[in-house]
Amino acid sequence: MSAPNKSYDPVEVEALKPEEIERMRDEALAAFAAADSLDALQEAKVAHTGGTSPLALANREIGALPPHAKAEAGKRVGQARGAVSKALAARQSELEAERDARVLVEEAVDVTLPHDRVPAGARHPLTTLSERIEDVFVAMGYEVAEGPEIEAEWFNFDALNIGPDHPARGEHDTFFVQGPEGGTESGVVLRTHTSPVQVRSLLSRELPVYVICPGRVYRTDELDATHTPVFHQVELLAIDEGLTMAGLKGTLDHMVQSLFGEGMKTRLRPNFFPFTEPSAEMDMVCYVCRGESVGNPDRPCRTCSSEGWIELGGCGMVNPRVLTACGVDPEKYSGFAFGFGIERMLMFRHNVEDMRDMVEGDVRFTRPFGMEI
Amino acid sequence: MRVPLSWLREYVDLPATETGRDVQERLVSAGLEVETVEHLGADLKGPLVVGQVLTIEELEGFKKPIRFCTVNVGRANGTGEPQEIVCGARNFAVGDKVVVVLPGATLPGGFSISARKTYGKVSHGMICSSDELGMGDDGSKGIIVLPPETEVGKDAVELLELVDEVLDIAVTANRGDCLSIRGVARETAIAYGLPLRDPALLDVPGPNAFGYPVKVSDPAGCDRFTARTVTGLSPEARSPIWLQRRLQKVGMRPISLAVDVTNYVMMELGQPLHAYDRSLVQGTIGVRRAEPGEKLVTLDGVARTLDPEDLVITDDRGPIGLAGVMGGANTEIADHDDADNATSDVVIEAAHFDAVSIARTARRHKLSSEASRRFERGVDPQAAAAAAQRTVDLLVLLAGGSAEAGVTEVVAPSAPHTIAVPADHPDKVAGVDYGRETVVRRLQQIGCDVYGQDELIVTVPSWRPDLLEINDLAEEVIRLEGYENLPSTLPKPPSGRGLTHRQRLHRRIGRALAGAGYVEAPNYPFIGEQVFDQLLLEADDPARRVVKLTNPLSDEEPALRTSLLPGLFGALRRNDGRGAHDLALFETGLVFLPHAEQRVAAALPVDRRPTDEEIAELDAALPEQPRHAAVVLAGAREQAGWWGKGRPADWADAIEAARIVAREAGAELIVRGGQYGPWHPGRTAELVVVAGGAEKVVGHAGELHPRVIKALSLPARTCAMEIDLDALEAVGDDTPQAPSISTFPVATQDVALVVDKAVPHADVEAALREGAGELLEGIRLFDVYENDEQLGEGRKSLAYALRFRAADRTLTVDEASAARDAAVALAGERTGAVLRG
Repeated sequence: MSAPNKSYDPVEVEALKPEEIERMRDEALAAFAAADSLDALQEAKVAHTGGTSPLALANREIGALPPHAKAEAGKRVGQARGAVSKALAARQSELEAERDARVLVEEAVDVTLPHDRVPAGARHPLTTLSERIEDVFVAMGYEVAEGPEIEAEWFNFDALNIGPDHPARGEHDTFFVQGPEGGTESGVVLRTHTSPVQVRSLLSRELPVYVICPGRVYRTDELDATHTPVFHQVELLAIDEGLTMAGLKGTLDHMVQSLFGEGMKTRLRPNFFPFTEPSAEMDMVCYVCRGESVGNPDRPCRTCSSEGWIELGGCGMVNPRVLTACGVDPEKYSGFAFGFGIERMLMFRHNVEDMRDMVEGDVRFTRPFGMEI
Repeated sequence: MRVPLSWLREYVDLPATETGRDVQERLVSAGLEVETVEHLGADLKGPLVVGQVLTIEELEGFKKPIRFCTVNVGRANGTGEPQEIVCGARNFAVGDKVVVVLPGATLPGGFSISARKTYGKVSHGMICSSDELGMGDDGSKGIIVLPPETEVGKDAVELLELVDEVLDIAVTANRGDCLSIRGVARETAIAYGLPLRDPALLDVPGPNAFGYPVKVSDPAGCDRFTARTVTGLSPEARSPIWLQRRLQKVGMRPISLAVDVTNYVMMELGQPLHAYDRSLVQGTIGVRRAEPGEKLVTLDGVARTLDPEDLVITDDRGPIGLAGVMGGANTEIADHDDADNATSDVVIEAAHFDAVSIARTARRHKLSSEASRRFERGVDPQAAAAAAQRTVDLLVLLAGGSAEAGVTEVVAPSAPHTIAVPADHPDKVAGVDYGRETVVRRLQQIGCDVYGQDELIVTVPSWRPDLLEINDLAEEVIRLEGYENLPSTLPKPPSGRGLTHRQRLHRRIGRALAGAGYVEAPNYPFIGEQVFDQLLLEADDPARRVVKLTNPLSDEEPALRTSLLPGLFGALRRNDGRGAHDLALFETGLVFLPHAEQRVAAALPVDRRPTDEEIAELDAALPEQPRHAAVVLAGAREQAGWWGKGRPADWADAIEAARIVAREAGAELIVRGGQYGPWHPGRTAELVVVAGGAEKVVGHAGELHPRVIKALSLPARTCAMEIDLDALEAVGDDTPQAPSISTFPVATQDVALVVDKAVPHADVEAALREGAGELLEGIRLFDVYENDEQLGEGRKSLAYALRFRAADRTLTVDEASAARDAAVALAGERTGAVLRG
């Protein structure tokens, strides 16, 4: 301790004596070396580098020295503090490395534990497949059109050139809605296809019309492995000037390429539908075997039954009579339409073996399909 | 339409090497949907020969009567000795000619024949039934007894035409002509570029005055009626084997010679025919519409009351047939077995009836016949006379009859149909340059007469009544040129506007609910009305008003849903029954709400656009069809696991599902206590939106009423939510505004407020929010505490965390406290809340 009335000299200030500073330094270094954990090191750090540590206090004394002594004392204390802080950092990283090697290992958990606290939900694949198809056409500029499921017969049949006496009208296995007072005549049915949406689109939209019409439709089939009375269709309608069957073919090819990959193509076979003329059935190349199973018994294909082609649905050039009923001039405009069942596509695209799996709402069926397909 | 290849070859000289599959491919490409090619006798191997039964020894002592026979098979067995055969059938006698299969042969189905010991004898082969030979039903239900003149030892495979291929064609509604061998042969000839031997090209005597009298009173319904008479049919005459075989191959059952012949000619030429027993027809045959109340027993034995629109064939007594659909029982050709009344004279009708009239009659009487199917789809009117002639010829040839010279033909004048079509129209439809020459050639190939240059005048053949308009002709050209040769070009539509708000919302809701753990389960919309009682709906609940079907799949479920819940409950039960007990399901879909007054939707014209008023009237006849969303929950919402306990699904989850949906819709949803039908009265939220300044209930959520759970056999504590998506969409804001984000520090203040238990949290929070003013950034209820001792009876404590922040400065503690105090003060004033001391 400094005596009163004596002028300062570094060597005379006890705390700034070189041996004293060395001792402080050595004590600090020893304390760091002795610290066997990060917590202990933290304590040693506070004791030897904190605001009340000997070296910090010694440093404070420098200010009281005469100017000529300040430099030397400052240098001595500074060197000591530097050594201390260096030793601290070294010990710090030493102990951290040790902790990383030991403590974190001790904290290890079983990362294979499940955490299905709220099991994942899922959207039905019929919904998501329909959206997937819609998106292909929306990207091309088509718009999605919708309509009522309970529909006037005029929209479902008459306007589509299926008059009351057309044989095809009877082939549609239609659900009829009861009329007033429980009578049989209502003029209203459960739509048998999404084609009435095409009619509504032509009546309500400006030409040209390019729409895709997805939705639920109804036929009086009993539910079994390959039939369901309630199913889903996607239909397309394009009405413009100068549209041709070649354009229909190109549009179909584009769709199957978008949904099933490069190199896919479609085939048209003549058929008859009242609402199109000419009409065709459309097939796509089997996306699994690409036709290589045909006549090749060594490589049978389950998806296409070794036919090489998969039946998709119906299509054709919109019958001019349909255009007339919708107020579109068939001399000026032409166009094409196609439609197919989503259930069927889901079956062959995702190996669904039984139609009932798609309608029963079993969560085991739906979950694997997630949010999108 | 089943078409035996052997029959087809009669009219088209197909190369001998062409198989059924080859022909199938050509026809499919031309537009005939050949669904299958059946290979008859594919695995059949002889010797299969004609034998004559020499002796029959009845074997005794077996469970069924057994015969030991000797059969002369000529030299077919190599020795000429009688063949010893054991047989279980009894419908033959000594001297009968039968079909014998000898050891070494294989019958259809891979059934190998060898000499084998049976019933104590060695059987060297088998006497065959038509079944064993894969011939189809011949009505005999026993072994085949051949005509006595059949030569012994002859190869029966050839005799019975057992090896053949049959094309099964699904004929489309427009191609009535292909419901005949003639029509299919024509398509085949075109497909192969070969000439057709048209079986309808016959020498037919012209009409004269002494044919059977016919009076057609309705020429619009019947524009052609040919009548011919054949007399002196031998009662013993049977259909020859070849004729029976052809009928079997096309799928018809041989019945009697006269009937078989008319069926045969119908199959051959596509012209439905009818043979009347002349002795049973009284006076002039007439064609007219039925009179109200008239009755007729048709050949199927059904007594039918006729409609004034039905076209009928009559004699002096009244109706004797439903024209073009089915004959009457009173003039039926007698069966062979009834020898005393055997038909000896027949009048043959070959007529042409209006397609629409026949279709309506067939539909009205739910009576679809081979004849009506053809008339509905179009029959060649020019073939009637030839068909009558062919029938006469066959009856004369096969039944020893005599053709009477009288020929009756009543024909309404008509002109062939012509179409004016630009020569390049098929090119424009296809997007291919066929050129005029190709177009003309293809149209001529199908039987059209074609004149003109740039505009073609096309007269269509009588057998193609489906060719009415220019696109019909375009299709003929394009299909014959090959759909497979169409190029593929991609049209470029104008830019679209993407999905609509409603469509995007629908997708978003599905994703949000699936993201919250719900599995989508779309259900059939069919329901039974008793479900409304099970759902505890009031007698006057509007949801009880349903749309009903006249022809439901099940009489138990004749109505369409007004709520998604019954369907979801079904899916829930099904999953639960299959062992999945922790369930969260959702569905979005339409419900069907009839108008108070139902109207009939009119049949509008199709030759013009309906007016907007007409369209509006049609729409008004349809029920409302809003889109709903619904969820059901049962079992655990959160699973128990190594992390700790699980949590059962409860009313709060169901209400949260409504909030999820409303959030996606951008709709402000008011949740308040309510009561409705299937829900637990104390655990139900009424879901409300404000539309046009007025509150509107758009759904409910919560736990189900225990009685509903019991009535519907649902898991205990099942919870549910249903909400009207269209109503949410209508009030939704799809352009949320960005808040301004202050970067000054937050000041948090917690308050615990004690209120009466009946006070809803929502009211307290609303008061706090309003009272706190604009410094309040957020508020969150973090605890609800009930303790009668500490808080007083009937009281509860609600603890809120309030977060305050200013846009332009750091708030002082005093400022935050002042805002909090104001919040608490307003909550006190509005709800009686006091700070918990």
